[in-house]
Amino acid sequence: MGIVIGLMVGGIILGYLFRERNLKIIHKLINYAIFLLLFLLGITVGANGDIMNNLDTIGYDALFITLAAVTGSVLCAWGVYRFFFATSK
Amino acid sequence: MKGSIIIVSFFIAGVLLGRFVDIPAILTAEAPTLYVLYILMFLVGISIGSDKKALQALKQQNLKIVLVPLATVIGTLIGSALISFALSGRSITDCLAVGSGFGYYSLSSIFITQYKGAELGTIALVSNIMRELLALLAAPLLVRYFGKLAPISVGGATTADTTLPIITKFCGKEFVVISIVHGITVDLSVPFLVTFFCTI
Repeated sequence: MGIVIGLMVGGIILGYLFRERNLKIIHKLINYAIFLLLFLLGITVGANGDIMNNLDTIGYDALFITLAAVTGSVLCAWGVYRFFFATSK
Repeated sequence: MKGSIIIVSFFIAGVLLGRFVDIPAILTAEAPTLYVLYILMFLVGISIGSDKKALQALKQQNLKIVLVPLATVIGTLIGSALISFALSGRSITDCLAVGSGFGYYSLSSIFITQYKGAELGTIALVSNIMRELLALLAAPLLVRYFGKLAPISVGGATTADTTLPIITKFCGKEFVVISIVHGITVDLSVPFLVTFFCTI
């Protein structure tokens, strides 16, 4: 965890220092890295019988976590809206 | 949307390949993926640091605006923690890690795979794609019943880019800056929160 955060913070500082340069290539490289990693994740998933045989459970779990997470954030956002944003207009 | 389809295609191509072809184990071993992940994090850092839009948006923040990403994060974490009691076999930290993706499915699923394995990584991928889709599809309903911050909150980490057009349409122009600041802040929190919940 420390390495990951350290690399990211190092990147932020470097990015800030070189912010006037053209850094389009960075976004391209990020995309390639994401494509590669998700492709590899796909291979791992496809080759893993346990996961492939339980896709329905995985789907339901994902759906329930999403709905719970979204409900929580909607309720909090609703409160913030009513108390801090709706009246001030 | 095009970007999402490309990303999902890579994942599905991988699944099919892994399912039907014998892949040498070195390809999916932990070490190489870990190094690519390190490179990715470094690059993500550079893109955040060099983002002038983010810097400007942060400068013109007034304190009230901070409440919006805060509501998103707190609400999401409470919801994810509570649902863990209803799901057998998913621990509270598992659910918190998945929830902490806030719709940023590519990065969060990669992280979670690294720390918790491919099964939870896949759940994170599917769950966070669902979150983004929900923000895109339910925005008008959310505005009507829960106010103009609701679609922003559901959009999570995506409200500075992919879901910004739809939010602008249904919440109005005066919520564009809020949406961008929200997206950038939540986006930034993803790697920290996900690794935190994966490692405690």
